[in-house]
Formats: sequence, structure tokens, C-alpha cells
Amino acid sequence: MLNISVYIALVAFAIAMIGIVFRAIKGPSVADRVIALDSLGISLIAVTALFSILLRTSVFLEVILLLGILAFIGTVAFSKYIEKGAIVDRDRRK
Amino acid sequence: MIDVSEYFVAAFILIGAFFGVVTAIGLIRLPDLYTRTHAASKSATLGVMSVLIGALLFFLTEEGMFNSRIVLGIFFVLITAPVGGHLIARAAYNSGVKLAPETVHDDLSKKEQYEKKKNSSRD
Repeated sequence: MLNISVYIALVAFAIAMIGIVFRAIKGPSVADRVIALDSLGISLIAVTALFSILLRTSVFLEVILLLGILAFIGTVAFSKYIEKGAIVDRDRRK
Repeated sequence: MIDVSEYFVAAFILIGAFFGVVTAIGLIRLPDLYTRTHAASKSATLGVMSVLIGALLFFLTEEGMFNSRIVLGIFFVLITAPVGGHLIARAAYNSGVKLAPETVHDDLSKKEQYEKKKNSSRD
């Protein structure tokens, strides 16, 4: 019963990730692709949690934290690069 | 013999999967970057938080231990995903991404005129 629902959720997340990858390829601007990659990282967090339920182990739970941190840092760095052209800037005026 | 807790875990997981599919549909169908940020930040956050709450309940009933790492993951996703969506939307507006043709109101378009007027009055 629980395994069947976990399989259904894994198939649903796989279909959702295919749609997100389609947006990451097609997106007209750079920011579209960054949004799609952020959503892809967040979906990977959910897939990791589902696999840890399926395998009855709590080993993968650090991977959840690492994926969340990496997705957030990547989004912040990309937004600064899109806005100013530099990730670490020395300009204090704005 | 099926525990009652398995039904709760399965319900949380299926709700999370539904919101994941809603995120993908929103990212494909919506016409504009600024509407897609709403789909990505709100719906994906809710779906992942539901899946993580399901995992938390599962490990609570399976092993009898309260996993603090999943609580940290829930809190971190709750804090950071909307912040990332807002940062990307602001960077896209400042770099000149076009709005959808169905847009009826744009508050930020008056900001440059306002700043220009303020600087000219100061000089």
C-alpha cells in the first residue's frame, strides 16, 4: 500500500521533471532557465526523500540538505550575474 | 495488518506529487516569466514540504526516532525557495525581460521617472 503510493509519486515526479527540463531547454531568456533549474533541484529533494522511504533507510537525509543549499546558492549567484554582470562586485554605491 | 500511519504517509506523499505535477504544468503553460516564478516558488515549495512531512512521519513510526535533518530540510526549503524566486524576478525585470501582452498594470515602470524627478529636485 505504501510502496504503491511511493511508486505513483515517483512516476509523477518523473513526468514533472520532464516538463521542467523542456522549459529549461526552450525558455526564451536566461532567467527562465534559472527558474527551471531551481525547480529541478527542489524536485530532486523530493525524489531523494521518496527513495529513502522506499529503501527504509535514513542515510540519504544529508543529501536533502546539501541539495537544498546548492539550489539556493546557485539561484542567488545566477540572479546577481543576470542583474549586474558580476557575482562578487566591489561597488558599494548600489 | 496495516498501520493507520501508513495511510497518513501515503496521503502526504500523493498530495506532494500532485503539487509537483502542478508545478510542471504551470512552468509549461503560463505565458510569462513573472507568472512562472509564482508557479515555481509557491507550488514546488508546498509539494516538497508535503513529501518531506510524509518522510518525517514515516521515520517517526518506523524507527521511533524524530529525524532533525528532515525538519531542517523543511525549514530550509520554506525559507529559501520564495527568496530565490523573488531574486530571479527582480533580476529579470532589471535586465529588461518583456512582460506578457496580457499584462494590465506595471507598477515598476514609474520607478525610473520618480527617481529622476527626485534627483533633479535635489540638484
